[in-house]
Amino acid sequence: MSDYMKKKVRIAGFLFLSFNIIVGLIYWGIIDEYTAQILTFAGINVIIALSLNLISGFTGQLALGHAGFMAIGAYSTAALVMQLQVPNLPAILVGGVVTAIFGFVIGFPTLRLKGDYLAIVTLGFGEIIRVLMINAEKITGGAAGLKGIPSFTKNISLNPVLSFIWVFLFMAGTIILISNLIRSSHGRAIISIREDEIASNAMGVNVFYYKMFSFTLSAFIAGIGGGLYALFFGYLNPTMFNFLKSCDFLVIVVLGGMGSIVGTVATGFILTYLQEFLRFLQDYRLVIYPLILIIIMLFKPTGLIGLVEDIKKWRRRTFPDQKGHLKAGERS
Amino acid sequence: MTVLKLEEISIYFGGLKAVSSFNLQLEEGELMGLIGPNGAGKTTIFNMITGVYAPSKGDIYLRQKDSLKKIAGLKPYQITRLGMARTFQNIRLFKDLSVLDNVRIAHHFNIQYNALQSIFRTPGFYKEEAEAMEKALELLKLFNIDQKCDELAKNLPYGEQRKLEIARALATNPRLLLLDEPAAGMNPQETIDLMQLIQFIREKFNLTILLIEHDMNLVMGICERIVVLDYGQVIAEGNPEAIKHNPRVIKAYLGEEVEAGA
Repeated sequence: MSDYMKKKVRIAGFLFLSFNIIVGLIYWGIIDEYTAQILTFAGINVIIALSLNLISGFTGQLALGHAGFMAIGAYSTAALVMQLQVPNLPAILVGGVVTAIFGFVIGFPTLRLKGDYLAIVTLGFGEIIRVLMINAEKITGGAAGLKGIPSFTKNISLNPVLSFIWVFLFMAGTIILISNLIRSSHGRAIISIREDEIASNAMGVNVFYYKMFSFTLSAFIAGIGGGLYALFFGYLNPTMFNFLKSCDFLVIVVLGGMGSIVGTVATGFILTYLQEFLRFLQDYRLVIYPLILIIIMLFKPTGLIGLVEDIKKWRRRTFPDQKGHLKAGERS
Repeated sequence: MTVLKLEEISIYFGGLKAVSSFNLQLEEGELMGLIGPNGAGKTTIFNMITGVYAPSKGDIYLRQKDSLKKIAGLKPYQITRLGMARTFQNIRLFKDLSVLDNVRIAHHFNIQYNALQSIFRTPGFYKEEAEAMEKALELLKLFNIDQKCDELAKNLPYGEQRKLEIARALATNPRLLLLDEPAAGMNPQETIDLMQLIQFIREKFNLTILLIEHDMNLVMGICERIVVLDYGQVIAEGNPEAIKHNPRVIKAYLGEEVEAGA
């Protein structure tokens, strides 16, 4: 076994162990229900932020309507579970597929164009979805919201631990899916679009195909995140999915570092926790988030992961015998 | 055998006629130069051949086995897959990717495994990845930049970036290579090295080459046939010696002699 494989197995083992420990701690009540809830919610945020990172961070196409995709996933899953009594897993997956179809339909005309048209269209799309959700009262319950979505289990005392397991397994799946995809020839083709669309086209990469692929997959994952959200909270309201929600995901991606999976996961947890912690600020939160975005863009456009890389570089310079390699496709 | 044929191609940008009724025939194994003053339409012709622009009038054909295939109107990636590769006037590398990745991306359309296979890491994935890696390193070795395969493209010195761009173009397995001002920004010694490199890859890969260049030493030194363009029209065509003494070429580059007393 090569050193690289050994390292991979070690990391996987460590993650598996810590996952089990956390599950145990939640089960025995050592991690209280409130903290478990934040962790689970962070997991959902990470899933959706990763999907946004796929299209915006790796493919380089700015999308501003992921709350809309999340809403479609959430309401479709809720409708399937409540009205057709579909079991959780297929309901979540079908919710993802429905969202992917929406993604495909929006992407098809927009992604042909160069520039920031996708940002404008997805921004409008997010708002349209929200307004539609308010008016489609039969399915969504309208502005009053949709109550009584059955959660992952009927056993209330098991609910925190099971929600956590569901969300974290999906999160792990998303991480594996995106990182394996990115570290393949298809992923390199996707990243080459971000780097230089014209050159990418000239090197035989079907740019439109890969933009569509990436955007549709992104919508699918965001829809799954939405489905988990619906089952986890048990209550949906169209105002949950406004532009600010889309902004939250964008902040996670940018702060973590565009095109960094580790950065998105780390920032997803930090920011979700911070959000709870900063509750006393109330609406001033709306000032802080954009401020964070501006400050990052001015001083550290590569985000958290850029900071980590800088520290590594500094260490490499100071202790030159340590060798560090950049991972393919990740920005230094 | 004709590899590339342009038939009466013209392109208009609004009212501006950038290229008009341009004809060109490139024979297999030929090394042809396309020269002309700034704004003559050279890069526009390149962009039409490679599919960035569709010509307003006329047709472009590329050799496919036994026949000439019409390629005007195809997308750049489709044309690349038919065996034509290019470099850019102002280097267009994937700057924030490694040298190795730059070359592997150009190999991408030959990859057989699909996205699902890459997500589930099937044996086929590993096999093809290993092959792609080997091919890329082999190519980089040829250009003497294989030790730098982990470095980011933007961190290479200028000359090596030019080399990498050529290596990347070759990774698409072209039969026809289009070089847009490969010597731009190079000093005389680097230009000489580049000339040797072009000769070398031409023989090694059996290439037909069309190049745009301002550096006359390079053009006169390696091209067998030269086409001179001015205001979107061909003003002269022939071997380097004939071009050097062609009065219309001299006029286009240096302007007309002013008669004494006028």
